[in-house]
Amino acid sequence: MTAPPEVTGSAAEADPEAALKGVSAKAIQGRSLGQIAWLRLKRDKVAIAGAIVIVLLVLFAVAGLLADRVFGWVHPNEFHQDLIDTQNGTLAPIGFFGGMGPDHPLGIEPVNGRDLLARIFSGAWISLLIALLATVVSVAIGTTLGVIAGFFGGWVDTLISRAMDIFLAFPLLVFAMALVGVLPDSVFGLSPEMVRIGMLIFIIGFFNWPYIGRIVRGQTLSLREREFVDAARSLGARGPYILFRELLPNLVAPILVYATLLVPTNILFESALSFLGVGINAPTATWGGMLSEASRFYTMPHFALWPGLAIFITVLAFNLFGDGLRDALDPRAR
Amino acid sequence: MSTQTDNPAADRRLGEDLLVVNELQKHFPIRRGLLQRRVGAVQAVDGLTFSVRRGETLSLVGESGCGKTTTGRLLTRLIEPTGGTIELDGQDISHLTPARMRPLRRDIQMIFQDPYSSLNPRHTVGTIVGAPFRLQNVETEHGVKRAVQDLLELVGLNPEHYNRYPHEFSGGQRQRIGIARTLALRPKVIVADEPVSALDVSIQAQVVNLLEDLQNEFDLTYVMIAHDLSVVRHVSDRVAVMYLGKIMEIADRTALYERPMHPYTVALLSAVPIPDTARRGNRERIRLQGDVPSPINPPTGCRFHTRCWKAQEVCKATEPPLISLAPGHQAACHFPENKDELTVDPTGAATADPA
Ligand SMILES: Nc1ncnc2c1ncn2[C@@H]1O[C@H](COP(=O)(O)OP(=O)(O)O)[C@@H](O)[C@H]1O
Ligand code: SF4
Ligand SMILES: [Mg+2]
Repeated sequence: MTAPPEVTGSAAEADPEAALKGVSAKAIQGRSLGQIAWLRLKRDKVAIAGAIVIVLLVLFAVAGLLADRVFGWVHPNEFHQDLIDTQNGTLAPIGFFGGMGPDHPLGIEPVNGRDLLARIFSGAWISLLIALLATVVSVAIGTTLGVIAGFFGGWVDTLISRAMDIFLAFPLLVFAMALVGVLPDSVFGLSPEMVRIGMLIFIIGFFNWPYIGRIVRGQTLSLREREFVDAARSLGARGPYILFRELLPNLVAPILVYATLLVPTNILFESALSFLGVGINAPTATWGGMLSEASRFYTMPHFALWPGLAIFITVLAFNLFGDGLRDALDPRAR
Repeated sequence: MSTQTDNPAADRRLGEDLLVVNELQKHFPIRRGLLQRRVGAVQAVDGLTFSVRRGETLSLVGESGCGKTTTGRLLTRLIEPTGGTIELDGQDISHLTPARMRPLRRDIQMIFQDPYSSLNPRHTVGTIVGAPFRLQNVETEHGVKRAVQDLLELVGLNPEHYNRYPHEFSGGQRQRIGIARTLALRPKVIVADEPVSALDVSIQAQVVNLLEDLQNEFDLTYVMIAHDLSVVRHVSDRVAVMYLGKIMEIADRTALYERPMHPYTVALLSAVPIPDTARRGNRERIRLQGDVPSPINPPTGCRFHTRCWKAQEVCKATEPPLISLAPGHQAACHFPENKDELTVDPTGAATADPA
């Protein structure tokens, strides 16, 4: 592991004991591990590219939401059956690769002829929102229970660890399908669409927490054995001080990395649920839902290509950024 | 390294017992299975009796795993003893609650073995060394920052490095930061758990010298932990040799190094390089056979009998008590070495042979 030159530049590290004396009188500001990680991350071109794509995707999703729901500039649910070939029975779009052209840059759907770009544009926010909020839910539950299990140990740890095992063994898809079946159209005055979004966030987030819970528990267990915890104790520190001042600052990095890597998993999860018909209701467009519909038209690859590509790019961007973040924060690179 | 002070009151108190440990025990339960049933215990510390006098350095020496760190953690009450008592300056602290113990923590502090693990990597030096003041609500005359910088200077670090993080320092410097932290509350006793064993040999002497200087300056009492006898030779006033959670021998420095009585001490010393070449000839090198047995199932009788070259049947059957074989020199062995100059009387007190 080669440390970046900016970091090794500090005199103290280059010449340990000799640097004690004669250092200039001006105040010396240290670089925290966070600052060093940032310096490293900045130099990681791939990770930065991932971050830029993520920012663009978020802007794209927000723009799509506004354009569709607020301003009504796009019409994701408008039929263009005049552009469908009704002669030979396939109901395929007329024209090159799914009817690509100036009016419909990515072509149109078979049968009804809805515009693919409009649907991808207007559906982006749902996929991202579900993935991000589900990640927040998982991280919140996983971190809390993981820290509690690792910090207190004993029967508390046993209880939480067994709960994690049970959650991981749970037949999630079956549960999701059952839940969809009993879910009312509207609760708390929310629209059916919002109920579905909430349900997906709950299912994905709630059943993914054990993964991060295990990581946080393991990290807490090993941190708890570090001598700086004993040092704080021998000074009279109480439990909350040790938890919040000594342990948590050391948990931020692994949690951040894991959260970044969880987002793409959740995007794929949402797609899978939509694919199985337990996602967002038609006609609202989501990327997973579009893929699901496209699967019935395997002779028309353009239909699956564009939503598939959108998911692929998003997953890749988050993974690349998460990997870069992990390398930058790697505790082994002191 | 006895302390000389101009303060007559301190002189008078020097030499009285500051820390008294009696039959101290720590057994770590071993739990198995879903219900965490107790299936046994690691007898990490099993009946230590010793005292530490004000101003002296008592060294605890023994192979890795013999319970030295556990002893240190007991003395600083990071853990609660399973049995026995610890008295600090006349007060029994063995089972004090965390709240009752908190104010007393100012008096007894610990230097940790691993300078890479003992400093929180996410805190600045200022936060680390300032923590004692904040945690104990100690008023500082010119503020915490100034107090921390004074401490850094005291241990030979640049006070301007206040805002730096541990990873920017070498092992030796980190250990100095740890020492500064223990000094903040001006403790009476410092337990130093192998303070230099993780450091480069070239730096070890500097840190040992620093500890010696600090002892003289602040009338500190040290419990110095080490895994071999050579490191503590020059800094100890008395030395206790531990094996599998028990004290095998305890004596003044000179007596222990010149006339070791316990076979285990003799074996440890024979592994130590002897500086005096004239004497090298008559000390045979004794190599210890085998590994240290497990503290979960320690050997019966004398715990050292599985590796002792003098072991007899009685060693397996009866445990030899730790008794005085000479003034200030105790050992736990049925067949002690170097006792030819002594007559051991049956009451356990030993006297020098008049002939
Ligand atoms: N928290 C603990 N739980 C269980 N066993 C422990 C614990 N701490 C130490 N031990 C065991 O106690 C014995 C003594 O350990 P320790 O005091 O660290 O020895 P030393 O410092 O002399 O190397 C070892 O066998 C060790 O495995
Ligand atoms: S009591 Fe026996 S086994 Fe133990 S040290 Fe003495 S001679 Fe060796
Ligand atoms: Mg140890």
